[in-house]
Amino acid sequence: MSESILDAKNVTMNFGGLRALNDVSMTIRQGEIVALIGPNGAGKTTFFNCVTGVYPPSAGTISITPPGKSPEVINNLLPHVVTEKGLARTFQNIRLFQNMTVLENVMIGRHARLKAGILGAILRDGSTREEEQKVIHDSYEILKKIELEKYVNELAKNLPYGAQRLLEIARALATEPFLLLLDEPAAGMNPKETGHLDDLIVRIRDTEKVSIFLIEHDMSLVMRVSERIYVVDYGQLIAEGTPAEIKRNPVVIKAYLGEEVNA
Amino acid sequence: MDLNYLLQLFISGMTRGSIYALIALGYTMVYGIVQLINFAHGEIYMIGAFTALIVATVLNMTGMPGIAVFAIAMVVAVVYSAAYGFTMEKIAYKPLRNAPRLSALISAIGMSYFLQNYVLLAQTSDFVSFPRLIPKFRFLEGLGGMLSSTQVIIFLVTAVVMVLLTLLIKFTKIGKAMRATAQDKTMALLVGININQVIAVTFVIGSAMAAVGGVLISSHVGQINFYIGFIAGIKAFVAAVLGGIGSIPGAVLGSFVLGLTESFGTGYISSDYEDVFAFIILVLILIFRPSGLLGKSQKEKI
Amino acid sequence: MNKLIPELKKSFVTALWFAFLTFPILVIKVNTVRNSILWRWGNLAAVFVLTMALSYVWRRLLEKRARGERLFDLSGLVPAKLRGIELKSVFAQKKNSRAALAVLLALAVLFPFVAGMYQTNIVTTALMYVILGLGLNIVIGLGGLLQLGYAAFYAVGAYTYGILNTRFGLSFWIALPLGAVLATIFGIILGFPVLRLKGDYLAIVTLGFAEICRIVLENWNDFSSGPSGISQIDRPPFFGIKLSVPQSAIYLYLITLALVVVTVFIVRRLENSRLGRAWEAMREDAVASEAMGVNLTIAKLSAFALGAFWAGMVGVLFAAKTTFINPASFTLMESVLILCIIVLGGMGSTAGVIVGALVIILLPEYLRAFTQYRMLLYGSILVLMMVFRPGGIIRKVRKSYVFKADGQVEGAGHE
Repeated sequence: MSESILDAKNVTMNFGGLRALNDVSMTIRQGEIVALIGPNGAGKTTFFNCVTGVYPPSAGTISITPPGKSPEVINNLLPHVVTEKGLARTFQNIRLFQNMTVLENVMIGRHARLKAGILGAILRDGSTREEEQKVIHDSYEILKKIELEKYVNELAKNLPYGAQRLLEIARALATEPFLLLLDEPAAGMNPKETGHLDDLIVRIRDTEKVSIFLIEHDMSLVMRVSERIYVVDYGQLIAEGTPAEIKRNPVVIKAYLGEEVNA
Repeated sequence: MDLNYLLQLFISGMTRGSIYALIALGYTMVYGIVQLINFAHGEIYMIGAFTALIVATVLNMTGMPGIAVFAIAMVVAVVYSAAYGFTMEKIAYKPLRNAPRLSALISAIGMSYFLQNYVLLAQTSDFVSFPRLIPKFRFLEGLGGMLSSTQVIIFLVTAVVMVLLTLLIKFTKIGKAMRATAQDKTMALLVGININQVIAVTFVIGSAMAAVGGVLISSHVGQINFYIGFIAGIKAFVAAVLGGIGSIPGAVLGSFVLGLTESFGTGYISSDYEDVFAFIILVLILIFRPSGLLGKSQKEKI
Repeated sequence: MNKLIPELKKSFVTALWFAFLTFPILVIKVNTVRNSILWRWGNLAAVFVLTMALSYVWRRLLEKRARGERLFDLSGLVPAKLRGIELKSVFAQKKNSRAALAVLLALAVLFPFVAGMYQTNIVTTALMYVILGLGLNIVIGLGGLLQLGYAAFYAVGAYTYGILNTRFGLSFWIALPLGAVLATIFGIILGFPVLRLKGDYLAIVTLGFAEICRIVLENWNDFSSGPSGISQIDRPPFFGIKLSVPQSAIYLYLITLALVVVTVFIVRRLENSRLGRAWEAMREDAVASEAMGVNLTIAKLSAFALGAFWAGMVGVLFAAKTTFINPASFTLMESVLILCIIVLGGMGSTAGVIVGALVIILLPEYLRAFTQYRMLLYGSILVLMMVFRPGGIIRKVRKSYVFKADGQVEGAGHE
């Protein structure tokens, strides 16, 4: 078994009097595709937000172990620092830079991996020019991998819905993450697009050497791509296992259907 | 400490606060519904004051008693300001409903220039004295000049307007529609609320209240010019933001906080820095409460 | 023709409404001193006739706008031979656009030697606003931070030169960078407390800061000479030689023009850099930009600082041009004017800001023929522009790229 890259221990998140997450622990190991499922409002996105630094958890520790590096706690880091450390995410309600081109969206993803400062921008010295050329080239290569290169100069807001979701993934990949967190990547996609997404997720994991942690409601997608599944309900972790185990788990079935099912 | 002086500053602060509140309410209501900083709102207040001045001067010649002239001038001013607010919305804001917010702001600034210069050209650029209409109330003599009759009228009218506004928003159909639209425009549209009507009514009510403020303050200060709307507008906007823009109780609270701060600041520190106190309190409050005193902090759903 | 009657009816109703609306203010003129009234019925008739016609035009234009048509078709004015040529494609070629720019610049350099001193002075002012517009465009157009206190940084520059020159004899050329740097520092100082504020809250706080600065300048007599201001500030000398007033006007024009060129150059480079992209990402979606690795604190502070830099520089220029400064030049209306320039010109677009500044500053000057009506017209033009062209005069065109099969950049389209 490969080593763990993300360790969340006893994570609790309170909003005022509301407990959105209660003592949740999860682990992602290198090279895995793991799904996080649960009914609406179960706390899935809240968990992602805690991990990516949108808000610090009320209790518990979240630590990461980037491949080849030593573990570190990321509880109180700001989102951009978390991204620098190698975690990247997409958003369930698409948050692209609408009035920028597709290429520019991906170029922003490279931000943390570039160096140029104010002086470099103004003087445009050799190394800055080289860096700029490279970021354009690299971003285009990423678009090719996600098969979005035909939209390269389009404004993000003019893309079809499915393509916007893919662009979110491309943008996140541009940050060179070791763990990619996808928040409902298939939401709003048609079956054909979803099928295509299946392949893409697996391909990204294999060729880019990233692990993938995804929230998804489309169960057929989840069952096809994920190796392990965590299930949350009302902020509690209620089950963990392989797709086959989860399918048979009565607690999960109850959470989804609201009653005991006699199988 | 001189208690009398303190009390006097308090009364003067409450007077300012009342006027700011009447203007700030219009700002905040419009903002709550269309998220527009209606830069020209102060101009509506100025137009109300001018209309009242004109009506009052004409009526004064008929020898009508002052308080009756005051009442009629007030009503006409309210009607006209409401009409201007309504028309302004139709021309300068309605066509920009779906435009970037900054475009609407610039349009509002253009409208403000236009109205200022319209009054400047049609009337005068000088200060004109506003007729004394409110008689001296006898019962105030016992207070040793602490409270003027104009101030009494200001408090009374402001209180009545606030109560009416609260009733309107809480209990009438249009008030419910306004609250619904402020919460979620799309949903309001889906449940059959006529958004255009709600917006128009909001402008009309806001403008009417500004006119009340304009007439009251003009009687208090005794002179007006075409530029009074601009300064009052900025102050009222500050008050609205201080309280949390979009929040109706916030606008009232913000106005009184602002009025009292200015009054005590000028009274105890220095009258040269009157406006500085207003802005310092604003900056301090917003740094510690970024959405104002009563504004809901808008947690974005991510 | 059956459309005529309802149209007339609509216009008639509108005209009636406006007649009612303007009645007290336009018709009755009271003299409160002599207690007399002047009735101006002629105005009422004029309003009625005018609104009758205007309301028809207004409705037609709104209909056209709704159908997405051009409001005024000017293609008839272009000679038939040239009609097929797309201006955009001509200027898309670097060679052509460079040549056009060179010609434009040459004309601009020659201008003060041909035009009189009055014209030169007006255009110098307009050019100063080009720089101010480009500076504020960094903050609002790129960074999306609604800053309504820009005039304060402008004041910092002006007072830096005004005070240091009149008291310590500091020269213009030292004050120019110094004013810019001081304004930058001010920008950063102001930036810290407002980091958490968003949108309109940010706008009102920056407005408040600027007003505080102005009122302090007005009241702190020992420091700034209060409302009477600082006079007899030196015009910039030409290598130690004192110039006559008309010579000095030309000299200042050329300095300003040179600074415009420098500003355009630097701002364009910033825009197309890592930092410029971060600003735009922050404007589009702060949360997403942070998740992509953009440090919002740095992005915000750098936008404030670099925006303030240009204001400080223009402040020094302004003091040197007018030789007299007082707090009245740095009011909220000044900040609003610069905001109008960038929105009217076209947010985020360099060319737009330049055109916006020229239009906004030169228009009232050339409207002087209508002296008393000019501000009225100015206000109406702002409203009309926003209603019929909310994106501004020149919209920003984004850079586009052509790639070869191997992913190398083959060419880049330009604005």
